[in-house]
Amino acid sequence: MISGYLITILITVIIYAMLAHSLNIITGHAGQISLGHAAFFGIGAYTSAMLYTEAGFPFWISVPLAAVVAGMVGALLAIPCLRVRDDFLAITTMGINFVVEAIFLYIPFFGGAMGIGGINLPKWFGREMTKPEYFILILIVFFLLLLLDRQMGRSWIGLAWASIREDDQASEAMGVDVIRFKVLAFILGSAIAGLAGGFYAHFLTFIMPQNFGFGQSIVVLCMVVFGGIGTRWGPIVGAVILGILPEISRPIMEYRILIYGVLLLAMMRFQPGGLLGPESILPKTFRRYVYLLSSSE
Amino acid sequence: MLWQQLANGISIGSVYALISLGLTMVYGILRILHVAHAGIYALGAYVGLFSFKLMGNFWLSLIVGMAGASVAGYFVERFLYTPLLHLPRIAPLIVSIGLFTAMEEAFRIVAGPHTLAYNARVGLGDLSIGGFHLTETQILILLVTMAILIFLWAFLTKTRTGLAMRACAQDPETTSSFGVNVNAIIAVNFLIGSAMAGAAGVLIGVYDNQVWPTMGSIPAYKALAIVVLGGLGNIPGTVLASLIVGLAETFFIGFLAFPFPRDAVAFVAMILVLMFKPYGLLGKA
Repeated sequence: MISGYLITILITVIIYAMLAHSLNIITGHAGQISLGHAAFFGIGAYTSAMLYTEAGFPFWISVPLAAVVAGMVGALLAIPCLRVRDDFLAITTMGINFVVEAIFLYIPFFGGAMGIGGINLPKWFGREMTKPEYFILILIVFFLLLLLDRQMGRSWIGLAWASIREDDQASEAMGVDVIRFKVLAFILGSAIAGLAGGFYAHFLTFIMPQNFGFGQSIVVLCMVVFGGIGTRWGPIVGAVILGILPEISRPIMEYRILIYGVLLLAMMRFQPGGLLGPESILPKTFRRYVYLLSSSE
Repeated sequence: MLWQQLANGISIGSVYALISLGLTMVYGILRILHVAHAGIYALGAYVGLFSFKLMGNFWLSLIVGMAGASVAGYFVERFLYTPLLHLPRIAPLIVSIGLFTAMEEAFRIVAGPHTLAYNARVGLGDLSIGGFHLTETQILILLVTMAILIFLWAFLTKTRTGLAMRACAQDPETTSSFGVNVNAIIAVNFLIGSAMAGAAGVLIGVYDNQVWPTMGSIPAYKALAIVVLGGLGNIPGTVLASLIVGLAETFFIGFLAFPFPRDAVAFVAMILVLMFKPYGLLGKA
């Protein structure tokens, strides 16, 4: 039997994995740096929480709507983001995160610093879902999202994103509608982040503006970069490792964040492609291993 | 009241300028968003505070704080940024964020999580003319900032090293072909920029009479907003943007009826300006 503690970690990790995956669409696939991804996570969580507690919508409607609202806000905010590029874009997205957090914190409609409470796990078959069931639900949704990602990667959309990531001016010259595909990446990434936010709100049952600050954006970005930016499995591996790390490092609690920072620093310094990146040790060793196995036969 | 707000705004704006200038200089040459610059700023404050406790002289502690920050900045450049320059821009950015996080934690572990008082006697005295009042620390901030800005201006325009530095910001490869040691110029750039951040740390430590581990958190991001607002890598633009943000903050908070988060002012200003001028106030494409 899975203990309550373990299932809590599992749900947290899978929500982070979904969030990292969504950021990877914007930053990894389309190559647009975002330092404010937690803003969309927050928009999703708040939308879902407000619809559930204030308007009385059930979970099954409020969470998909959270994705829709986050996606729409993402489309709206993509407009200022299209005006700027590279480092200006990074700082603009960071600014968006600060402003969104300030809105949640200072406008009483959103509960202010007290946040929103009383959000429950979803109901089905006339009873409340158990945590393991909730975990499986998120797992299934995430699996479907990954399938979608694979299909898109093989379609024109994936090719267009890759060309924009490498050189957006050249791809524009080749006839790729750069603006359309950039906005598409922002919408999709924001919507999935909003979906993760909805799941998060119903799991925590209580949300505060601080959960969606710039620090959270950095944590997610670190997961993506740590695992390997632009790869399909890298961000998930990053989310699992960096999500579990704080739990197993309880004995050295005091130095946890220090280690986190140093790890990130060392990772970028010596393995800039991430764990699963093209230049990294892991895939290389793996490939060599497979090669040796196949050649020995 | 109006003049008072003006004086407060300019004092805050001056400190912002000291922090942001180093950031914009680093960006001008290396094209790196140096988030850990705010860690250097906090380090300057700590080094200044401890040397003040040892020696008891404020001016000496200011110089030691600047020197400490300067050396730390040099090491960051040499061992972290330079080896990463050939990678995509996101790599040094992540390193910088990791370093900043680690530095904040290191301060907390070494110096304790509490705020430490930095009550230095500067020996300048307050200034009062009619209803207009400047505190001792405000005068201090204005004097030190003025001195540093004049030094920076003279250095960049009157010396050969300054000329080489400006050339590097334009085009490092061409500058190198003229026989300039670009690595040395980058090092000097970091030494000066970090020294200014250290000075800002000491000044804020004295102004608020406290030094604490996360004192760099808000400046880290606000300085980035200011630098972008001024036009990344543009030195006069950065000074202008710092003063604008300092004044906007004091005036908005002073006169606005509803609670608006002070630290969001810089970002709102930045996003608004970027809509009309995508390269900042004085930036060029």
